[in-house]
Amino acid sequence: MSQVAETPTSPERPSAPARDGDHTAYDGLRLRQVTKEFAGGFTAVRSLDLDVPRGSFFALLGPSGCGKTTTLRMVAGLETPTSGTITLAGQDITYAKPYRRPVNTVFQSYALFPHLDIFENVAFGLRRRKEKDVDRRVREMLELVELSSQARKRPAQLSGGQQQRVALARALINQPEVLLLDEPLGALDLKLRRSMQIEVKRIQMEVGRTFVHVTHDQEEAMTMADTVAVMNGGVIEQMGAPAELYENPRSTFVANFLGQSNLIEGRVVQRAADVTSVDMHGIAVSVPTPRVHTDSDAGWVGIRPEKVLIGPPGEELDAPGNTIPGGVVSDVSFVGVSTQYLVRMPWGQELQVFSQNTGRTRMFSQGEQVELSWRPEYAFLLDRSQDAAAGAAERVGG
Amino acid sequence: MSRAGRWVREHLVLVLGLLVLAYTFVPIAIVVLMSFNAPASRNVYAFDGFTLDNWANPCADPGMCDALARSVQIGLLSTLLATVLGTLAAFALVRHDFAGRSASNLLVFLPMAAPEIVLGSSLLALFVATGFSGQLGFWTIFVAHVMFCLSFVVVAVRARLAGMDDHLEQAAMDLYATPVQTFRRVTFPLVFPGILGAALLSFSLSFDDFIITNLNAGTTTTFPMYVWGVAQRGVPMQVNVIGTVMFLVSVAIVVVGEVGNRRRLAART
Amino acid sequence: MTSTAGVAPPLDVPGTGTGPTPGAPPEVPPETGRRRGKTGYLLLLPGALWLVLFFVVPFYSLVATSLYDPAGSDFRGYEMTWAVGNYVDALQEYWRPMLRSLWYGALATLFCLVLGYVLAYAIAFKAGRWKNLMLVLVVAPFFTSFLVRTLSWKLILADDGWVVNTLQFLQVLGEDGRLLATPVAVVAGLTYNFLPFMVLPLYASLDKIDPRLVEASSDLYAHPAVGFFKVTWPLSLPGVVSGTLLTFIPASGDYINAELLGSPNQRMVGGVIQSLFTDANDYPAAAALSMVLMVLIVVMVLLYVRRAGTEELL
Repeated sequence: MSQVAETPTSPERPSAPARDGDHTAYDGLRLRQVTKEFAGGFTAVRSLDLDVPRGSFFALLGPSGCGKTTTLRMVAGLETPTSGTITLAGQDITYAKPYRRPVNTVFQSYALFPHLDIFENVAFGLRRRKEKDVDRRVREMLELVELSSQARKRPAQLSGGQQQRVALARALINQPEVLLLDEPLGALDLKLRRSMQIEVKRIQMEVGRTFVHVTHDQEEAMTMADTVAVMNGGVIEQMGAPAELYENPRSTFVANFLGQSNLIEGRVVQRAADVTSVDMHGIAVSVPTPRVHTDSDAGWVGIRPEKVLIGPPGEELDAPGNTIPGGVVSDVSFVGVSTQYLVRMPWGQELQVFSQNTGRTRMFSQGEQVELSWRPEYAFLLDRSQDAAAGAAERVGG
Repeated sequence: MSRAGRWVREHLVLVLGLLVLAYTFVPIAIVVLMSFNAPASRNVYAFDGFTLDNWANPCADPGMCDALARSVQIGLLSTLLATVLGTLAAFALVRHDFAGRSASNLLVFLPMAAPEIVLGSSLLALFVATGFSGQLGFWTIFVAHVMFCLSFVVVAVRARLAGMDDHLEQAAMDLYATPVQTFRRVTFPLVFPGILGAALLSFSLSFDDFIITNLNAGTTTTFPMYVWGVAQRGVPMQVNVIGTVMFLVSVAIVVVGEVGNRRRLAART
Repeated sequence: MTSTAGVAPPLDVPGTGTGPTPGAPPEVPPETGRRRGKTGYLLLLPGALWLVLFFVVPFYSLVATSLYDPAGSDFRGYEMTWAVGNYVDALQEYWRPMLRSLWYGALATLFCLVLGYVLAYAIAFKAGRWKNLMLVLVVAPFFTSFLVRTLSWKLILADDGWVVNTLQFLQVLGEDGRLLATPVAVVAGLTYNFLPFMVLPLYASLDKIDPRLVEASSDLYAHPAVGFFKVTWPLSLPGVVSGTLLTFIPASGDYINAELLGSPNQRMVGGVIQSLFTDANDYPAAAALSMVLMVLIVVMVLLYVRRAGTEELL
């Protein structure tokens, strides 16, 4: 996991927008109280509220089965919500047929028509709507995705990455209000995936349309989207800019699914307007009150491994902060850009520490006594009733 | 060991396989050969001399060509109906969910599993029981042929439909195709090769059927029944002309299909 | 967090039309797997009706006919007398052709299996880029009329033909030995005519086997034959089972080969049924015999499938 640039934690932005009922005022995609139950009683999506601003690159992120693909298919018109409404630029499209809504989809399997060549695949939507200038527009679109030379080939003759770009072009040429991407990079290998992420982002900036991207890969979501909604169990756990989600997660699921976190048991001692004091296994630590996401006194003190500083006992570390003595290094992994430590604390828990290899600090070895510390503004406090391991197993990659 | 010997050892299975394949062509070679035969007598079935007469006068025995025309007629008609009914049923079985779906699948499977003689005698029993035993002929043959071709059509089209990615139709709908356009532009073109194959199979089954037809034909004669009849009293060599033409036509159909495939593959760079 | 169900507006229950949304929701969610509704029945109906009228009802009719009063005739009409004796009579008179049919069918199936396995194996593993061509060649001869093909066997196996002459020269056949009008000719004809029914399922099954498995076995076992019987053969069993069924059922019901290549001593039960129906007009006996053949085949198939342990095939 890469280091995230330090950003001052912004005041919480309301992720559940005001329910004003005035849909016509909103020019983006809006879901209100959308629920989808399948035959058999399985609820894939429950009471979902979502605002996707026009022109944004929006990611729905979550493990498989969290309801993100169902949400996407309801927006595309391939599923009908059990209840709730979907509006697009003020128009109610909840029950509109898929071929009557200004939404296009890039399917996970691409779903390119095998009996048509690339040109006709891309032209398909224009021809169905009897649009003019099909020839010129298809050629322009093929140029945008750099496939002009492949126009007369069949989909089966193209590589995976090329097929993916055809699928993108075929959807984009219709100038949809919203472009839906259903894990479109899932079938590609890692290297191609990374370059396609950049490519898709470039195209989105160029055409300036609303993209809704469904993925289970948190790195992909953070790289590409300007707003990420983390979904779990049919509801949105948290929504915001990637840095905001990463820096200030509001549930253990987000804390673990989006990068790794140390979660340590703590008890609130005192709540003030700016700072909340927490007793953590007998050590007093403070957490900025805007970063406290629990009303109860029992909580998890959370801190990202790269925010934890490691040093020999007694040495003054960085700025005045929370210092936790009595650690013993139990494991050291040198990974080049950083060194990753596991430090066993006096209460028996092992904490993760990622130390950037700047050359200014020496490496510690297994068995050494160390002290940990972190700046209070990086810590966050979560509700103790949540599972400390939630989301960790579903995380993609490290 | 000689080089040839070593080659045979290494390719023993292939050589044996090719021998089996060659064995299946022996009767075809005889059919082609006999189509040029000038028989010395009607009762001896042997190659006596070369002639082109059989090819020049294929309808020397008018009975044969009548039977042939009847077989083609029945084949085309029953293929048409069986293909339409079978394709509709295949769509129902793959695309639709309804009570009795698995019973319907069984209903389609059983006629293919039952011996022909049982299918034929069942139908005859029905025709006799309902007082149609006097009207056996063209239409009772047609009814029987549609019945046994239907199952094969359903199976062939069903396989093609089931192998189709259903995201393709969703993609078409997503790209502004109405249900009718989706069917015309995407579903049908993709299923068509399956339907065509099913129709060809259906025609050849109908054209070639003897056991079921013979029981339900009354006095009507199809081509296989004609051959059966003349087998007892001397076979006109024109029968072999027909056999050769059938072989050539089927090979031609296969070659055309294969060339089409190759051409599509050759576009690969 | 968005799940604030407590303040949710009244749910728009599909179909009630009381919700705030314009337009009623469609009854069926579009394009989600299999669709429910009446369309399925409508599409299926014509075909199913045809099969019911001309396959199911006739079968019932066959059962009924087999129990008619044997004294009836087409002219006088038949009476349902539950004459189970028809079965006893038919079997007493025709048990030989009945058993012969099953025996010839089984023999032909066995020969088809041997020949077909070699051919299917060669196509699946040895043909390389000629695979498609070889598959086409397997099927091509069988588009020529069944009867015309069988007639050419008559010529090949003829008494003064080169096959018989060669066998006589090799002392396999005696001076007056012949092939036509013997069980050999009938079984050979059956084997030839039903070979593709064996090759195609065998090929389908063999083609699915990863050749690396066979390589791995030759890496682990000393002899390729051991590898074949431990790896290839078990993996091809589904093809063996469906191939043998597809061959055995039509072969034991066939009578064309027996009538064209054999003599009355090689008569198979299909021919008996045929002539009871069309020549003797003894419908009850013919129907009873037909039923017995059907039941025997079903029993044999069930026993066989159970033994082969692949019941899911049925």
